[in-house]
Amino acid sequence: MNDAKPSLSLRAPSWSPYAVGAGIGILSWLVFLVVNKPLGMSTEISKFSGCATSLVTGWEAMIGNAYWAGTTPKFGYSTVFLLFTAVGAGLSAILGRTFRWEKVPSVWAAHHGPGTAKRMLAAFFGGMILLFGARLAGGCTSGHGISGTLQLAVSGWLFFAVLFASGIVTSRLLFRKPGATE
Amino acid sequence: MNLPVSTSSTAGLILAAVFGTLFGILLNKGRVTQYNVIVNLFRFRDLTVLKVMLTAIVVGGIGVFAMMNFGWLEGWHIKDANVLALILGGALFGVGMVLYGYCPGTGVAAIATGSLHALVGFFGMIVGGIVYAFSYPWLSEHVIGVGALGKVRLADVTHVPDIVWWIVLAVGAAFLFRWLEKIGRRAAHA
Repeated sequence: MNDAKPSLSLRAPSWSPYAVGAGIGILSWLVFLVVNKPLGMSTEISKFSGCATSLVTGWEAMIGNAYWAGTTPKFGYSTVFLLFTAVGAGLSAILGRTFRWEKVPSVWAAHHGPGTAKRMLAAFFGGMILLFGARLAGGCTSGHGISGTLQLAVSGWLFFAVLFASGIVTSRLLFRKPGATE
Repeated sequence: MNLPVSTSSTAGLILAAVFGTLFGILLNKGRVTQYNVIVNLFRFRDLTVLKVMLTAIVVGGIGVFAMMNFGWLEGWHIKDANVLALILGGALFGVGMVLYGYCPGTGVAAIATGSLHALVGFFGMIVGGIVYAFSYPWLSEHVIGVGALGKVRLADVTHVPDIVWWIVLAVGAAFLFRWLEKIGRRAAHA
């Protein structure tokens, strides 16, 4: 079934994981060299959180918060990087013909049923826990998991090890329905 | 062109768009914008994420290490090793990553590939950021400072030099990948 010739065309549905990994590695060289700023994502999302808060509290009250006083929301490099990450992924999915509206992924459905509301609730709370954890740890899979580990930072490797262990335990609890067909 | 380019300049913003686009393409072509691929990593049913990340770390790390030694980079960008916050944050992150099925970067990318639950989870992330900001004064006093080792690198705490780490990681990854491909082929023929 995997007899298709490996290709690095944008029209291919996917690339070899090693080619993609090497690509991300080379991209991180460029980012370090050209803009002297490691890859990161979760800080920027917490700035979106600040903007959302300011709609209710007003801007001054929001930046009065000790966290947003130090991580003040501002349109800039990281905002553009985040938006264009979505653009790149969308472009790639359309060209590779893998774009698909998805409400309930098959692994989830096999264990928790095809209900949309249940999946959306899990995604919402999952996202909430995810970003809280990322901010507490000071980074996510990009900041710690790639940029930190590749500089041999203690923080990056510790984060990576703990997240992996926690993910294994969580997935055991979440996907334990015997005989579920995925 | 003088390097590094200022990230607040127009050129910096254009570069952000270029780098972001490339990152998004790579995430999608690596299949890590798929929920099933991410959760199946933790179930040892699909090691795509491990292959992508470990290759990125080894290729990226050896290149950055070399550039640092050539004097091309201004310095490291090391995040604080706040041990308690990293353990608690990493543990929560693992729970969130399995429930959501994405990490922050792949979640943002997945929205654009049509994943509607990734979009809902993105709003969850925004709320998570709000909860964090309001908990921050307490956390910074009681959690973040516990076991704060500072901006340390593996070489600082182990006294094993970078070059040794990279040889071990590169050789280890090569053997691991060879073995994974071998058992993958065997499973495909079975």
